[in-house]
Formats: sequence, structure tokens, C-alpha cells
Amino acid sequence: ERGHGPYLPHEPGYGLDQPGYNPYEDEIPDPRARMLAIKNAKAYLLKTSTKSGLNLYDHFANILTKILDEQPTNTVDIIEDISKDVKCAQFRKKMDTLRDEHLIPPTYEAAEKCKALFIKEGGEEEREDVEDEMGQPALPNVMETAFYFEQAGIGLNKDESYYIFLALKNLINAQPIQTCRFWGKILGLEMNYIIAEVQLREGEEEEETGQEGEGTTAEGEKEMGEAEEEDAQKEKEAEPPKSTYKPPPEIPKEANGTGTNKYVYFVCNEPGKPWVKLPPVTPAQIVCARKIKKFFTGWLDAPVVSFPPFPGNEANYLRAQIARISAGTHVSPTGFYQFPDEEEEEEEGADTYEENPEFEPPPVAEMVESLATWAHHVKGILKQGRCVWINPSQKSEENDEEEDEEEEEEEGEEPQEERGPPLLTLISEDEGMKDIPAWTAQASTNLIPEYSVAILQSNRWPGAYAFASGRKFENIYFGWGHKYSLESHSPELPSPAQGEFPIGPEITETVDPTVEEEMAFKVAQEEALAEAEEEEDEEGEDD
Amino acid sequence: MEAQSLPAALALVAGGGAGLSPERRAALGVSLPLLQRDYRFERVWFWGCIQGVRGAYYIAEGLGPDRAAPRSRLYSLNCLEWSLLTPATKEMLALAEQVKGRFQGDPSFEYNLAEINPEAAAALIESGKEPVFKEEARLIATIEQIDRAVGIVPRGAFVKTPLGSVHENRHFEGLSLVEAKKLSSYFHFTDPVNLKNKTLLEKADLDPSTDFLDSLEHDIPRGSWSIHLEKGGAVVVLRSLLWLGLTFYHMPMTKQFGYVYFGTGEKNLDLPFML
Repeated sequence: ERGHGPYLPHEPGYGLDQPGYNPYEDEIPDPRARMLAIKNAKAYLLKTSTKSGLNLYDHFANILTKILDEQPTNTVDIIEDISKDVKCAQFRKKMDTLRDEHLIPPTYEAAEKCKALFIKEGGEEEREDVEDEMGQPALPNVMETAFYFEQAGIGLNKDESYYIFLALKNLINAQPIQTCRFWGKILGLEMNYIIAEVQLREGEEEEETGQEGEGTTAEGEKEMGEAEEEDAQKEKEAEPPKSTYKPPPEIPKEANGTGTNKYVYFVCNEPGKPWVKLPPVTPAQIVCARKIKKFFTGWLDAPVVSFPPFPGNEANYLRAQIARISAGTHVSPTGFYQFPDEEEEEEEGADTYEENPEFEPPPVAEMVESLATWAHHVKGILKQGRCVWINPSQKSEENDEEEDEEEEEEEGEEPQEERGPPLLTLISEDEGMKDIPAWTAQASTNLIPEYSVAILQSNRWPGAYAFASGRKFENIYFGWGHKYSLESHSPELPSPAQGEFPIGPEITETVDPTVEEEMAFKVAQEEALAEAEEEEDEEGEDD
Repeated sequence: MEAQSLPAALALVAGGGAGLSPERRAALGVSLPLLQRDYRFERVWFWGCIQGVRGAYYIAEGLGPDRAAPRSRLYSLNCLEWSLLTPATKEMLALAEQVKGRFQGDPSFEYNLAEINPEAAAALIESGKEPVFKEEARLIATIEQIDRAVGIVPRGAFVKTPLGSVHENRHFEGLSLVEAKKLSSYFHFTDPVNLKNKTLLEKADLDPSTDFLDSLEHDIPRGSWSIHLEKGGAVVVLRSLLWLGLTFYHMPMTKQFGYVYFGTGEKNLDLPFML
């Protein structure tokens, strides 16, 4: 088409190569040529792709429609993405001839469970019960506590607090509960734990101990049966020597309602799920929990794999940690609680306290400045794992027949009576770690001192908080459930290997005598023999 | 987390029990936009809060046009007045690893360098400077370590342009619920370390515009992230177990995501024992 061009403007023939201007063209320039060219181009665009079944014409039309509908900014920068999106949208509709099963995402199930919390059951009867109850209502005001903690930036989402509130209400309706408190939340790897601290009404607990007692007697009977069988077998076979290892006597756990088992704890993974009661804690579990550091998984029946081996599963470990945290960080303003009779103090290990009706709350500024305005109201746990010390050797006398051996062994190590700090100690006596004090006290706000709240944070158990405002105070825990330590955790070393046999002179190795020593010994012996013979001879001669 | 979506985001990470008091929230709502204006940041992120023994540090980060460029960090003791922190140097990072214990809460507190690292102290004395390690330096180094180790974003949220700069992906519509449960859908928002070590087969599957960062799958030790689906899957919360207190949230099928740190600023070196 170009012919001999390009012709420059000054040359003759310039412009003659355009269609319609060529002097040799006889044909009239056909406007329809342009139309034909357009039609050809459009036909090309409409060509269906063999791979995807789309054609470019429709695709461009869709893209432009989408752009004009949505009008994004800086469209030219994201044009490729838009093109990809349109294509994806096309594919989904054409390729699936089967309809997808309508997936019910778990969101809706969870929402159903939460909705169940809101349903009030048994309208009229409840109202009567509430009126009959004298004294404090069992249900704590979780929202009020959440408000005060929020002033310090601590606490859960308001919605979650409300769900917990309702869940606690369900718990109270389900179980015979005297007092109840939201203890806190412990985070886990797969699920979290929400914990309620509860005191059951008297009389309810005894059934449980009865059941446990029966359980142990049943086991005891089984053991007796097995022992008899073993004895019968013993007569037939020669037994290998029995080990003389006697495990240290087991320290009995504290009775329900006292010491570490003063409160009963219920846990659930999420508000809306059923509450599970945690078993009482034994001293062995507390002693072991002090030595290990493990994350909680969120499943109560998960095993705790550790060294030293933890006697129990995750429910027991959780309970032990709860006991340690409560003993270490539950505080109240000094003077709020007092001993019932002022005479009984330390010696008896006073376990009970009551509210002091004449308590005058100190001003918030004072509560923040001086730690002496706060006191523990939970007894500390001794090294033994209990709150009240017990001498394990006393118990063993009753059980075993072989008293003599035991007494001999224990004479060397008489367990020393352990004494812990008395019940209402001030927290200013708590030891810090190196240069970190055990507690940090702050006021919730410096800008509005008249309404500020005194907040205590524990540095030994990160996550334990307490607030006090006038007569109101509360403790709570949000965290992973571990104690803070400056040094890294180092697991306990395995105990040294037991001696296989007693070491005495008959099996101790000595150096073999050298040849010279043997010769000297032989010579000495001969001399002694010769002397003896001479003496005999002399004696013989005397006679 | 984005300064604009702060209230909603704080509600989502409150599952761990840590958050901000209304006073601080209000102060942040006021001071972060001013920060953006004064320093001409394109984006301001509220990074979190490090609890010291006597006070707390509130940290904010400002981002420029290239989101992957080193971020400017600022700290404040009361969420109102912010001070710019200098970028972290290698010496700071090395020294901060050896300091143990809580932050004191006072930026001018000096750690006794002779106890921590006598060689460094000797080196400093020789060069004529004082052998001190200030808490401010420790703060800088700790924030840098946390960001490098556990600062995460969902896959596809950021795209890399051919020029090398990183922008938010305006076409990111959120991860689906299935994807959100997998660790491979989250990336460390820092210079990639493992990307070159992938096999050619894996690299072929990657999309260079979105897969230019390390994913969480190969983090050591395995299991150092705990994934929670809260509210039945309406929110995905990832908590780091290596730096206790770092919480990442994302609402699947929406554009909302972010991470925040509320903690004591100490690495959890006992992690292998605890898993």
C-alpha cells in the first residue's frame, strides 16, 4: 500500500499514496472498507479460545463494565489484576456443574451456643429462689469488675465478659454453689480456659469424698486380691530379690475446704460450653508443678509429659497452677479481713478470716504508694505442698509393720517443721527478685485523681492483677499460667543411680602387694614363726 | 495495627487479657493522627506496649511509601508525647540479647555493662565512650528483634512492584477460613531469609508479586505459634509463644488484620521445655 513512499511534502506525489487520492485509482474509496476492516477486527476478537471457551471481546466488555461500575482509583495500575479477577469469576460459574454443598461455617454453631446462654430457663421459680436467698447473692458482678479493670487496661472484650457473666449464672443454677467468683482466664495452645472459683454449699462436698473413699477401698481390695495371688505364685517359683527401695511416705492432701483445697474450681473452654469441675490438688502435684514449666494445650485430659513425671494429667496441672497463683497473688486491702478472735494467730495456723465491719478504706494515693496497705488473704503454700505442715513420719507408723527399719532410716533425716508466713501478711514483706520488686502499684489515671483506681500488678506471676477502689476490690488472672523467673528454666536432673550393693571392706579393691612387700611379709612371718618355736622350746625346757 | 482501626482491633485482641485503658485509647486517638501529620508518614501503626517495672513504653511505627523500608519507631510514656528512636545497630542487638530481666520503665536507666559483657565494656572504654547500655537502646533493639522474629502479615496483603517497592494490595479480600488456619498463609513482614533456600519446584509455584516473604511454616521451633479461631471462626488470632504477648488478628474474608505486642519485652527462652 505504501508504494514508493515516503514522499516528503515538497516532492510531487506527496499524498498520492493515500487511498482515494491516487490518480490511477479508478475505484471510489469505499467507506465500507473501513467498516469491513472493523468487522474483521471484531470477528477476530470474537474468536473463541480453544482452551478456555472465552473470547477476548466479551472479556474486554466485562472488564470495562466492571471498571465503570466500581470506578476504582488509579485503574491503570491494577488493570491486570482486574482482568484476572474477571476471568476467575467466569471460571467458577462455568466449570462447576455440581452445586457445592452449602457449607455451614463453624461461626454459626458458635453463635448458636452463645445464644443458648441468653435463654432464661424456668422464669417464676427462679425469682422466688433469688428472693429467698439471704445475704450476698452468689453471682458476682462480672461487668462491674470488668469496668474497674478496664480502667487499667486489663480485661477481656466487653462481649466476652458478658458471655462469661451468663455462663457463671448457668453454673450457679446447675451446681449447689454458695459463693462464686470469676478467677480469670488461662491461655492455652489450642484452646483457652475460663476459670471460676467457687465454694460449694456445705453437705455437697461430703458426697464426693465418700465416692473417692470408696474408690480407694475398691482399689485396695483389688490389690489385696493380687497380693494373694502373688503369694501363691511365690511358693512355686523362686523370686528374684525384692528391691529394698521404700518410696518416701506420701503426704496426704488437705481436706476439702481447707488450705489449698479451700475453693473448688470449675473450668470451661469457652462461655457456652459445659463447666467441668477440677479435682482437688495434692501436695505431690504442687511440688512437681514447681519444677516443671509447660504450656497448657486446652484439653483437660491431655497428658503432661515432663521430667520429673507429673502425677496427673492437664486437669491436675491446671489445678496445681491455680492453687499456686491464688496463694501467691490473692490480696486485699489491709484490714478488710481480720481474724475472728484476735488471740489465735500464727501458732494454730489460723485458716479462717472474716470481713472487718469497721474497715476504713485508705485513699487511693496511699494504696498506690505504700504496699503495706495490701495483705494476702490466702495462705502461702509450704515447700511440702500444703498450707498446714504435716509430719509424714507420724502417718507411716500406722501403716507398716516393719517399724524398726523405718525408724532407723528416718532417724538421720527428721523432717523439719516448715512454717510459712501467717495468713494476713502484708505484701510489702514479699521478696523481690534481684532488683525487681514483687509488686508494681499504679493508679489507673493521673489526670483525674478523684476517680482513679489503685492497680497492683504482680511481677512474680505476670498476669495477676488486683484493683481497689474504696470498699471494692478484686483479684484476677489473665495469662499463660507460669511464674516469672530471671534465670532460664532448667529441668531437674535425674536422681543419681542407686547403689547396687552395700560397699564394705570385703569387696573394696585394694592395691595388690608388690613382690618386695610379699617377700618382706614372708620373711616377717618366718621370723615370727621362728620366735614362736624358740619360745616353745624355752617353755619346753622350763618344764 | 492501623491507627484508624485501633478501637475495633483492640477489641479483637483482648482475648489475652491485655489492652489499653480508656484514657490511653483516647490519647492515642488524638496523638497518632498528629504524629502522621508531623512526620509525614503515610501510615501509622500502633505497635504495642512494653511493660516495665515502674512504667510502660507505648510504641508506634510510621511507614513511608515503600512499606517494606525500615520503619521509623517512636515511643511514648503517656501516649501523648512521642520521641523518635534511632534505628537499631548490630552492637545494640548483640548487647540486648545478653541483658536479662524486666525493663525498668525509665528510658535513661543504665545497665551495668561490665556485668553483661565485659569485652564490650572494655571496647567502649578504649574508644573513649562510657561503658553504659541505656534502656533506650535496649528498647530499640528489642522492638527490632520482635518485628523481625514475629511481625506477621497475611499472604497477599502486600504486593511487590517490579521496581522493588512494596505496597498494600488493594485487591486483597482476606484469607478464607480454610487458608486462615494454615501457618503457610502468613508471612514475616521483614527481609526474607529462607526464600532462597527453597527448591526450584517450590519456587515455581510462588507468585513473585505476593510470595516475596518467608512464611511461618518453617519457624523454629515448630509449634511456636498458637492459632485460635474465636467466635467460631469470625476472628483468627495467632499468638506467638516465642515472644509472649504478641497477638496477631485477622477477620477472614475481610481486609482487617494487624498485630500488636502487649508484654514485658522478654524472649521466652524456655520455649523448647514448655511445648
